[in-house]
Amino acid sequence: MTARSKFTPSCPMPTFDHDMVVLGHGSGGLLTYRLLDQFIFKALHDDAERPAHDGAFLDVSGEMAFTTDSFVVDPIFFPGGNIGDLAINGTVNDLAMCGAIPQTLSLSFILEEGLLMKEFWEILQSIKQACEAAEVKIVTGDTKVVEKGKGDRIFINTTGLGKVHPKANIDSSNIQPGDRVIVSGPLATHGIAILSVREGLSFETNLETDSTSLHDIVLPLLDKYGSDVHLLRDPTRGGVASTLNEICRSSKVGIRLVESALPIENEVKGACEMLGLDPLYVANEGIFLAIVKEQQAESMVQFLRKHDKGRRAVVIGQVTEDDAGRVVLNAAIGGKRVVHMLTGEQLPRIC
Amino acid sequence: MKYLEEYRDRALVEKYLDKIHHTVTKPWNIMEICGGQTHSLVKNGIVEMLPHKVKMIHGPGCPVCVTPVHLIDHAIALSHEDQVILCSFGDMLRVPGSSGSLLEAKAQGADVRIMYSPLDALQLARKHPEKEVVFFAVGFETTAPAIALSVIRAAHAHIENYSLLTSHVLVPPAVKAILEEDDHVINALLAAGHVCTIMGLEEYYPLSGTYQIPIVATGFEPVDLVQGILMAVVQLEKGIAQVENQYARMVQREGNRIAQDVINSVFQVTDQHWRGIGKIPSSGLMLRDTFAQHDAQRKFALQSHPPLKDTGDCIAGLVLKGVKKPMDCPMFGHTCTPENPLGAPMVSSEGACAAYYHFSGFSESLAE
Repeated sequence: MTARSKFTPSCPMPTFDHDMVVLGHGSGGLLTYRLLDQFIFKALHDDAERPAHDGAFLDVSGEMAFTTDSFVVDPIFFPGGNIGDLAINGTVNDLAMCGAIPQTLSLSFILEEGLLMKEFWEILQSIKQACEAAEVKIVTGDTKVVEKGKGDRIFINTTGLGKVHPKANIDSSNIQPGDRVIVSGPLATHGIAILSVREGLSFETNLETDSTSLHDIVLPLLDKYGSDVHLLRDPTRGGVASTLNEICRSSKVGIRLVESALPIENEVKGACEMLGLDPLYVANEGIFLAIVKEQQAESMVQFLRKHDKGRRAVVIGQVTEDDAGRVVLNAAIGGKRVVHMLTGEQLPRIC
Repeated sequence: MKYLEEYRDRALVEKYLDKIHHTVTKPWNIMEICGGQTHSLVKNGIVEMLPHKVKMIHGPGCPVCVTPVHLIDHAIALSHEDQVILCSFGDMLRVPGSSGSLLEAKAQGADVRIMYSPLDALQLARKHPEKEVVFFAVGFETTAPAIALSVIRAAHAHIENYSLLTSHVLVPPAVKAILEEDDHVINALLAAGHVCTIMGLEEYYPLSGTYQIPIVATGFEPVDLVQGILMAVVQLEKGIAQVENQYARMVQREGNRIAQDVINSVFQVTDQHWRGIGKIPSSGLMLRDTFAQHDAQRKFALQSHPPLKDTGDCIAGLVLKGVKKPMDCPMFGHTCTPENPLGAPMVSSEGACAAYYHFSGFSESLAE
């Protein structure tokens, strides 16, 4: 399987007078106008919806969630996706983790001159599809161009606004000793899929990123279980280990993980062994952690498993009074170890 | 994952642990030589499951930890040269030299790249004939064959822009140096299974005989480690000192002859400075004269410094020899942490200080 085989553009690329991005596309003049009008808007908006102003007018009431994220992934195309859908799903998921219904997004590009238009088009198509899947609208944005060597082909920033679900009460202060930690799917798939195509490291695998929007599994969970869902987090950079450490520090509780319960695909396990990486620290894009009321945990797992994105949901640990501020793992062979926060970048061991 | 899961079997681990508990009557200090073994002991929580009488001492088998400061300084200086692409294994990037690390050099704009194999670095040299690709070759007998192979291939294909900055070290001379110390406290050794896979067991018979110490070639998985520890404890309790092979599925007495030939054709044995320990005779590998054009030290006329003093008050040397525990260091866990390492053993996940850091604060009994 190649890096782009999954993707089939829904619209052909329009005829455009450049085959790559040039500095003038960020000048604010005619080239910028054409790039927006004939390329970006054409990809993302129906004619009636094209933005006419620099800003958007929104009718907002009630409790809202607001989040922003920037995307600099390398390489920009990888098995199962690209930087475009990642940028949409990432912000949609940050809203979902606040217990919010994603509604509107802003979308900003920093393009490096020389980026091929056909690559940019492919990214825009992924963005459009991800927005449709997540039922969100892009209402404002920006495009800048930097000189060759001053960027890495394309950086994307998205900011999102969503309405908080009426039954949601997501707050780390709700966490109690005894609460269970649920993970919605297998760990480390996204990070290993990216590494498998990185220059100087490529290895053969069928793994694809797990990047997906999670609001459509999280919102029904909140509908049914409401405030028994105490906290939601998507363990992206730094992996499950770093996210759980953050939770322990902010809530002043301990978390006890059970190594033998961690869902990890065999192929991911094998790659981690080979590369000297710990799957607990590898990035994820399509799973979430839920800290939930003990009595409801098993019922929630069964509920999540009925959803396509939660088929492998499982309880991986529990909140404890002991070891406050720390994540401790019961090793599969019976020992214990502290699972620290990621230090710097996870560097491979050499022997 | 066949051949891995079998050696992570909880019931089997418990069986060996049980035997260790029943066998041990006196306190023993057992040194695991290899950082990979240290890492596995920590990761699987094995130290905590051993009887209090059995103390594990983490040995010098972390190659990045013992790489001398002046070579790291050379690597950093080379990385700042315009035409140079400096390649290295990942762990090496964070190790502090006398000022800064390769990771900091990278942040300042140097072209520093992480490689998993020297053959990837060779490929890079082939792709960029206008550049000088320098591979910072750090490791024990385990990585030496692949490094040697890359040089043979470079010479064969006339890839002249590929060179090595070598800091390759040999395990048995270091073990000998530690056992020669008057203040060492080691009763038995777990030899590093992967090193023995390449080099065989021959070198360990004279060591075991001379110093009357049990030596068990041991693997890296939980079952390997507890079985190796049991074999050492049984010898100690019986008062015997022999070479035994726990890792028989990989290690043969004569080792891997083909790999040894490859090493010998490219490298010759030389005296080597070990960071924190000092100069150990015949404990390193340098490129033979026939491969001088692939030796970065000679190619870039790097001055071979007299060994520099190691960073400040770091007691890495005493830790690596097993004389002191990491917690005996006043900087441990305060000014010296994995985020801001002052000495190399705090950097690598295989380094003794980092291993202890990951225990510390969890429970006092673990850190003892």
